[in-house]
Amino acid sequence: MANDAAANHDDHHDHTPTGAARWLCSTNHKDIGTLYLAIAIISSVVGGAMSWYIRLELTYPGIQYIDDFQFYNVLVTAHGFIMVFFVVMPALIGGFGNWFVPLMIGAPDMAFPRMNNISFWLLAAALILLVVSALVDGGPGTGWTVYPPLSDINYHPGAAVDFGILALHLAGASSILGAINLIVTILNMRTPGMTMHRMPLFCWAMLVTAFLLLLAIPVLAGGLTMLLTDRNFGTAFFDSGAGGDPLLWQHLFWFFGHPEVYIIIIPAFGIISQVVSTFSNKPIFGYLGMAYAMSAIGVVGFVVWAHHMFTSGLSVDARAYFTTATMIIAVPTGVKIFSWMATMWGGSIKLEVPMLFAVGFIFLFVVGGVTGVTLANSSADLAMHDTYFVVAHFHMVMGVAAVLAMFCGFYYWIGKMSGREYPRFLAKLHFWLFFIGVNVLFIPQHFSGLAGMPRRIPDYPDNYWGWNYVSSIGTAITVAGTLVFFLVLWRTLTAGKPTEANPWGEGAKTLEWTVPSPAPFHTHEYPPNMDEPAPAE
Amino acid sequence: MGKMLKKLFALVPAVVLAAFAFGANAEMIGRSRPWQMWLQKPMSPTAEGVYDFNVFLIWIETGIVVFVMALFAYILIKFNSKANPIPSKTTHNTLLEVVWTTVPILILVVISVPSLKLLYFADTTPDAEMSFKVIGNQWYWSYEYPDHDDLTFDSVMVEEADLQPGQPRLLTVDNPVVLPANTKIRLIMASNDVIHNWAVPSLGIKIDVTPGRSNETWVEIYEPGDYYGMCSELCGVNHGFMPVHIRAVSKDEFPDWVAKAKEEFASNNDNTNTIRLAKADAAAR
Repeated sequence: MANDAAANHDDHHDHTPTGAARWLCSTNHKDIGTLYLAIAIISSVVGGAMSWYIRLELTYPGIQYIDDFQFYNVLVTAHGFIMVFFVVMPALIGGFGNWFVPLMIGAPDMAFPRMNNISFWLLAAALILLVVSALVDGGPGTGWTVYPPLSDINYHPGAAVDFGILALHLAGASSILGAINLIVTILNMRTPGMTMHRMPLFCWAMLVTAFLLLLAIPVLAGGLTMLLTDRNFGTAFFDSGAGGDPLLWQHLFWFFGHPEVYIIIIPAFGIISQVVSTFSNKPIFGYLGMAYAMSAIGVVGFVVWAHHMFTSGLSVDARAYFTTATMIIAVPTGVKIFSWMATMWGGSIKLEVPMLFAVGFIFLFVVGGVTGVTLANSSADLAMHDTYFVVAHFHMVMGVAAVLAMFCGFYYWIGKMSGREYPRFLAKLHFWLFFIGVNVLFIPQHFSGLAGMPRRIPDYPDNYWGWNYVSSIGTAITVAGTLVFFLVLWRTLTAGKPTEANPWGEGAKTLEWTVPSPAPFHTHEYPPNMDEPAPAE
Repeated sequence: MGKMLKKLFALVPAVVLAAFAFGANAEMIGRSRPWQMWLQKPMSPTAEGVYDFNVFLIWIETGIVVFVMALFAYILIKFNSKANPIPSKTTHNTLLEVVWTTVPILILVVISVPSLKLLYFADTTPDAEMSFKVIGNQWYWSYEYPDHDDLTFDSVMVEEADLQPGQPRLLTVDNPVVLPANTKIRLIMASNDVIHNWAVPSLGIKIDVTPGRSNETWVEIYEPGDYYGMCSELCGVNHGFMPVHIRAVSKDEFPDWVAKAKEEFASNNDNTNTIRLAKADAAAR
């Protein structure tokens, strides 16, 4: 079927398939991008509702709603998995990556359109497996880190963890295929004249991300397979009673898990770079520094994994190394922040909605970033490890920052994707509610964490009540902001005014603004001339 | 839902008042106080080191955030499209780029010195006077005193209904660990089932309790008193309900307690071992 649909595309360039043929068998990068965005939005409702439920439980000391603590642990686990693998990654990489990498580099489509289709549908299957995992045999109450022995057959005897493992395997396969597609597209399909060093930073970000995926996911897959055979076929990779080592899992998991946080945030860097440049009406400052800072973050990100394991009993010399290596990441990250500010310096800044989100992103990223310097220190980790300080840190710097970048990309590109303008007032309301909400939600969690409150607990000693209460108020504000977003989405798609090819003026110099809005089914059928528009940088 | 919201709003003034009053009982040791925004009062050399290091870090980090955000606000106002309609075309400034790369490196070097010093200080056990062994179980702690004839007992959380007045909820256990103050104690960690984490914030202790490994750290408690902590590694259903409760006594009182405890837990000693063997047996099967 997919073959037929693809053949059709090739034969009739002006023919747009409809219905099931269009959406199930799509090989079009824009349609697949839209599908990725749709799955991210659907998953975000599920994952977001889980976090809301967790915060409702934690509003007061004592048990309010969730008296089944396995279920609480399952909520914590599933919230993490869904947000990482089924919201942020599909939206930023599958969604915006698919939509805008070909448009920005002047390619007619992705390099492997049919592989693009299978990457998406593997992800959809993975989502179903993950939901099944949460619903059978009490669900996986292991946390997203799935540490054995807790995730072993002795402590999670049902099929829940196995379903979770298979879900991650499929999501991983999907990511690897997507990564190969992005790398080949970016390396081979740039329009003549678009050298690597003239490529928009968003494409650089996607390239670095794709390499991270390609190198990190197979390690996760190896670990998951070992866990699967430990659970079902009597191997003992992680069973200390039979000569294995639970720490081996932690090393394998975090060798994937740490690059994973950059897989989430580097595409966000890409979007923010485009938006900051566009709305400052200035080319990005220090283009090469920006591109190589992302590459450096990617490389160094692979040699710092054990800072997640500072309390696991690593030798003190190993911890000294991982402390030092981790702190080094602050340097290229600082380069990015300062370059964004230098881009804005001397610019002509328009605080349109995408720019508001970009500014919000930079705020959260700076505040969440400096607490990362604290956490890089194994000695400080004696106080912070596994407390709400960590929860606050990674939600600020990676979770919510990535979500702000998603919204930023949404408002920046929705005109190009749908051909319609978003309602400005509602969009600004969305920003302010969401931005204030997440800060009220996560800043107090630093205090709870410093005071010693452990994470992943359904109830807490009464003295931790105050900041937890404030945090839950923040959740309510954030939820209100999210509802406004859905109103924006609905109003845009049903009643938005038609928008022009380039609504942002001369600051928007990348190639996607040279095609009409909405972008036609096929674009750049002939390679655009790079000498016409100004170079991307 | 409406009731819930009303309850929420009714509490707002209380929240504001409490926020102003949170300095009131600042002297509480061994656990957090309401509205605490900071580390607990440090009561061991390691905890003191962590506390001071964290103060040092927070100063640097606050400085960075304030500097960056002030600059940011300035940029947003000064270079607003109304104030500055014609953008500059500057995209490079080598000196600036060198500065913003090297200055963070220098800051990190400055941070790394006390950081690594503290790391090595907290890790090793300088001439321990006694050893103390922690064994993690789902979901309680077992404690052993290898230097005191293997005195052994379990420490299980006291349910809310059974609390005496003044005992903190979720932190009180039936048999607190009793340790001598002003004594260098080697702590040895082991687990019977999954990974737990034995953490006491006010003493700067946080260490994984992993099956098949024996992790080690040390502590010297400054003053007699009650010190609380909680399991800090997700260990299953009742992860939130296996507190650590240390009761530090003076060096003189400790032998008396040991003598009493040996009587109290005399039968315990053999039993726990048998139970543990039986458990291991069951797990193996």
